Parts: sequence; structure tokens; C-alpha cells
Amino acid sequence: MNAPAPASAAEPDAALVTTRFTVPGMRCAGCIAKIERELPRQPGIAAARANFSAKRVAIRHDPALGEEALPDALRDLGFEAQAVADNPLGIEAEERRRLTRALGVAGFGMMNIMLLSVSVWAGAGGATRAMFHWLSALIALPVIAYAGRPFFASAWMALRHRRTNMDVPISIGVILATGLSLYETVAGGGEAYFESAVMLLFFLLAGRALDAVMRDRTRAGIGALLGRMGKSAGVIGPDGSIRRIDARELEPGMLVLVAAGEALAADGEVIEGHSTIDNAMLTGESAPEPVGPGSMVHAGTINLAAPLRIRLTQVAEETALAEIARLMDEAGQSRSSYVRIADRASRLYAPAVHSLAALAFAGWMVAGAGWHQSLVIAITVLIITCPCAMGLAVPAAQVVASGALLRRGLLVKDGSALERLAECDVALFDKTGTLTLGTPRAEIGELDDETRSVALGLAQASRHPLSRGLAAALLREGAKPAPVTAVHEASGQGIAGRWQGVDVALERPDDAAQGLATRLRIGERVQTITFADPLRGDAAEALAALKTQGITASILSGDRAAPVEAVARQLGIAAQAGASPQAKLAALEALKAAGHRPLMVGDGLNDGPALAAAHASIAPGTASDASQQAADAVFIGEALMPVALAVGVARTTMRIVRQNFAFAIAYNVLAVPLALSGLVTPLIAAIAMSVSSLAVVANSLRLARSAGA
Amino acid sequence: MTGLAFLIPIALGMGLMGLAAFFWSMKDGQYEDLDGAAARILIEDEGPEGDAP
Repeated sequence: MNAPAPASAAEPDAALVTTRFTVPGMRCAGCIAKIERELPRQPGIAAARANFSAKRVAIRHDPALGEEALPDALRDLGFEAQAVADNPLGIEAEERRRLTRALGVAGFGMMNIMLLSVSVWAGAGGATRAMFHWLSALIALPVIAYAGRPFFASAWMALRHRRTNMDVPISIGVILATGLSLYETVAGGGEAYFESAVMLLFFLLAGRALDAVMRDRTRAGIGALLGRMGKSAGVIGPDGSIRRIDARELEPGMLVLVAAGEALAADGEVIEGHSTIDNAMLTGESAPEPVGPGSMVHAGTINLAAPLRIRLTQVAEETALAEIARLMDEAGQSRSSYVRIADRASRLYAPAVHSLAALAFAGWMVAGAGWHQSLVIAITVLIITCPCAMGLAVPAAQVVASGALLRRGLLVKDGSALERLAECDVALFDKTGTLTLGTPRAEIGELDDETRSVALGLAQASRHPLSRGLAAALLREGAKPAPVTAVHEASGQGIAGRWQGVDVALERPDDAAQGLATRLRIGERVQTITFADPLRGDAAEALAALKTQGITASILSGDRAAPVEAVARQLGIAAQAGASPQAKLAALEALKAAGHRPLMVGDGLNDGPALAAAHASIAPGTASDASQQAADAVFIGEALMPVALAVGVARTTMRIVRQNFAFAIAYNVLAVPLALSGLVTPLIAAIAMSVSSLAVVANSLRLARSAGA
Repeated sequence: MTGLAFLIPIALGMGLMGLAAFFWSMKDGQYEDLDGAAARILIEDEGPEGDAP
């Protein structure tokens, strides 16, 4: 955006800005075509470009367009959308690019050095052999310096903290092999190991790059953090004038005016005005809460109907929202101490390999082989036991599994999430928005065609959640909107208009006891439309599937006891109601203390700390941003089955990973004695390394079939 | 033997060209949306009068 516009560009063109949205509902080529063709037809939108892999759309538009206009335009096309910060994923994408570049360089080096090595193995001698060694060294040194950096840096970090990881034997092996080969080349000796060192780097980088691609792909789909919290507030001065003040500079005691549709930036008490508040961000509850003077309102909630004057009580770090964020942060710390399977393996593997190589060197020295031959044998041991297959064993299986799950509507954030998912033995579900759909569904069975079309004509004109739910339900049933004129929305009361000469309206029912409902008035006729939050269609089957996997499920909800009981009875599982975020966190901690590994499935911000504390966690795609960030995986759509599927696939993945490890170990058991006895030539080492890596990848690919079935 | 003096630079040059092409394609964003590229082939072109309502 800072780039100077070309001089010939038209004036309005230079003023366009780009906004990015995550659009998780983009599923097919038709969706791309629809978005890219239809959006630019809207006034103010110049161009739209979809990134299908990241489920994102970048829209170039007139900055004068309102904040809500763009997501509304996408919603009209049938896609839920949410704005994302400019480039929150820049750092991780950069990491992936660095690995891919290193992979490219290593691939180039490997092919060229192999070309020269094959001629050496084929019997080139004398001056040709010496020249080929020199050429190999010329190519290998810069390639290893560049492509080996990720490993050297990580090994150095580990050593500085007096630990060892997979990268330490890799770095030692590569550096020793390169050093010895260089010595051989200079001294004009027999063998050089450049191709082994570079090939080692190539295969390992392939594993790392796969890992990074998987992390990137799903993080990109998951989107923004705390995007909906108000970033500023209109503060009313003593003279009645209004200034916009940044959320961080608000102070308790200030009087602020919150317009309809604005997100609150701090906690406070309503002084003047009646409205309804959307608490979905904070609690996951779909029903808007009516507020009036004296009500407490919280940062992150959205004022839906009418302007409110609010006296601030808690600001910045003291808001309920910030408190939950802090709890999440602390709860998440325990998870960062989880040790991934590859690292657990390397704790045993690295010392074993090091002592084996050292023993080989010492043994051959004692046997009187001379330091040169002993060193060659020690390096051969290091290279042939290289965790090539191990480096690929985990990421290859996990990438295939996450790809298969992605196609079934589940985004897994990283490999560690799959490992933890596989270990879960207890599942806890939030109710609203998790077991249920979380959006109010209008019950429109009793309406005839005429009332349907009038209701749709009215509902389409409003942004109220109930109107939206009603419009969505009517559109699904194929209703056509009636031409309602003179539509006006009275805040907190409803929406009214004229149709064929009669007054029509969608109003708030007088009887609040009916729960979530709206009243449709056509002239003198009055009809009440009720809303319900139904269970996900396959909730019972998904819970049954979990049970067959040995996971008992129960409900852990912040909702009142009566509705929670009803759902628990219907599904036949245990339930705990009225749990605060702290109580949810405590329930999780108690389970963990009892030796269980709980899986938490929840959507509201009030589930956030529990999601972060659980051994593994899953959130629905409709969850608050913070919950999606805290969860290990996100499932999209109305089915709950992806949760059961995730656990099943995670377990299959771990079985494949263990097979891969078993293969790598078996291969080492065969190869190491040969290396120790000095029988392995560089050619055999190179072939053995490729074959073992390919076998591991091939085994991992079987996952695509088992998960896709 | 003199053949090598030509062949090796040619082999290296071709390898470097491939590497340069790979870097360029990465910088150009060709790997940013692999699934999208696969899907886009299915989008039908709008004809010259395709925009007409």
C-alpha cells in the first residue's frame, strides 16, 4: 500500500485499500468463481482475489465502504466471512519459505554432486577423480552452509541449553562428513562423502518443510485473534462533545456513548438507554440479552439495537475479557511442556548413536586401523544411522492425516495436536454452539406461503440475529421476499413496513416468557414465530462413535441447569451446569490430576481457559476467535462427527508413526553392524538412505486411504 | 576428457537455471494457493458477452 501509484493511474484508483477476510465456507471451484465475479459488481469494490488453500479472500475496495459492508456482501453470496489483520501469519509463512528455499538448494546440490559421484563410483580414476572431488567440494560447501542452517541453529540452541535433540547428531554427522571429505579432497585420497551429507540434508529438509506446510495451511484457515473487541470508544466530555479514545487510554469513570452495532471496548454500567447486547463472543450464547439502566455490560460484546450511555467500571487489562485471556494464557503454558514423539525418540536415539559412533572409532583405533580409517567408519555409522527415516516418519504421516481431515471439515493446527488427540480418554462438551448449532433456528412450519414471503421481506432488512436466523430459515425453504416498502427499524422494538397497503411488522412479543420469539403482524393478523437452538443432527452418533473408541463424554456448560439437563437426558450423558470459566478450568485440572487426558470441545470465550488447559481441544468454526486460537483443531459445518473422526484418525496416525519408527529401527539394526565392520561404501549408504526414506513416505500415504474412507 | 570441460559447466548451468526458476516461482507466489490452482481449471471462462445479465 505504500508503493507509489503509477503516474498514469486514475485518481480514485490510487485511493483503493485491500482488506483480507477468512472465508471458511469456500469449498469448490464454483465458490471461487462466484466470489471473484460477483463481488466486483458491487459498488465500491474494485477486485476480489480468493486464495483457496488459505480460505481467504483479498478485496480491493473504496476505503469509504463501511466496516460491515464487505462481510455483508460476502454473506449475501452465501459465505460467512471475517476480516483478518493485515498479515498475522507473516512470520510463519516466512519460516516455510526459508525451509522451501533451503530444500531447493539442497536438491540442486544433491543432483549435481550425485552426477559427479556416480562417475567416481563407476571407476573414474586419477586426475578425473581428483577433479570431480574438487568440483563436488565446490558445490557442496555453499550448499551445506545454506541448507544446513536450520539444523545447525537448532542444534546450537539445544547445546547451549545443555540439552540434545535430533539436530545434534545430524549437525555433527554433516559437519564431520564434510570436514573429512574436504581433507580427503585436499590430500588427494580415495573417498569423499559430500553426496551423503547433502542428501541427508535434503531428506531431512523435506520432512521439516512438510511440517511447516501443515502448520501454515491450517493456521491460515483459522484466522484472527480477538478481532471483535472494540478498539476505541466515543467518550462524552463534560460539555457533551464526543471524542474517540483508544481502548488502551480509557479510564474507569468515563462516560461513553456506544452506538448500535458497535463493539464495547471496556466493561461498564448502563446509565441511559435500552438495548440488546450480543454476548456470543463472551459466552457463546446466541440469544441477545436485553439491557437497561443499571445493567452491567462487558468488553467484547456488541450493542445491537439502540445507543447506550455507559459509565466505565473496568478498562484494559481488568475487563472480563482480558481476565479470560489471562487465564487462557496461563492454562496454555502447561501444554507447551508437552514433549513431541520425535523429541522423545531422539532423547533415546541421539545418545545411542553418539556413543555407537564413538565406540566404533575407539574400537577400530584399538584394533590398530589407524585414525583415518577409524574416523571414516565412525562417520559412516553416523550417516547410516542418520534419522532420515525418523525425520520423515512423523511429519509425513501427520501431513497426510491432516490433509485427509481437512477434506472432511476439520482443521488440525499442528502435528503435536494430532499426537495429543490420539491420547485423549475423556471428552467434555460445552452445550450451546457445540452440541447445539448455536444459532437460533426459526420454526416456520406453521407459516403459509404468503406470510413467509412477507416475513422474509421484513427480516432481510434487519441485522438483528433473530431476523437473520429467520431470513436464513425462510430462504432455505425457498421463500421469495415480498416487496415491503417504507421499512423502518425501531431499536429494541422490531422492524415495520407496508405491504399491499397494510401495515406489516416483526415485533418483540409482549410475553417474554415465551423465550426466543418474534411476532409477525400483517394488518390485524398476528402470528408468533419461535426460535430454538437444536442439537447438531449427528450429535448422538458422534458421541456413540467416541464411546466405541473408549472415550466417555460429558457436558460441561455455563448455561442454566434446566436446559443442560434436558440435553444431557436426550443424549444420555452426564452433565455439569452453571460452570464459570474458572470452574471449567478447575474441572479440567481435576481430571488431569486424576490421571485422565481430557479432550475439551467448546466454542465460547468462557470455554477458552478450559480449551487451553485440556490435553487436546477442538472448537467449532462458529466459535469466538480466541477459542479457535486456543483450540488444537477447528471443525467446520453442522456435523459433530468430525470430532469423533479426529480422534480416530489421530490414533491411526500414531499407529503409522510407530510403524515408521519400527521400520527405521529395524533398518538401523541391519545397517549398523555393516557400518561398524567397515563394509559400507558411500554408494551403499546413499542407496540405503533413499530406500528407507521412500518406504516411510509410502507407508504414511496409506493414511490418506484409511482416513478418507 | 575435453568433453568434460563443456559438459560439466552445461550440467551445472542447467541445474542453476532450474534453481533460479524455482526461486522465481516461489517469489511470484505460485505455491501460495496450490489447491486453488487445481480448482480454478474447473471454472468456465465467461464469454465476451458473458457479463450480460
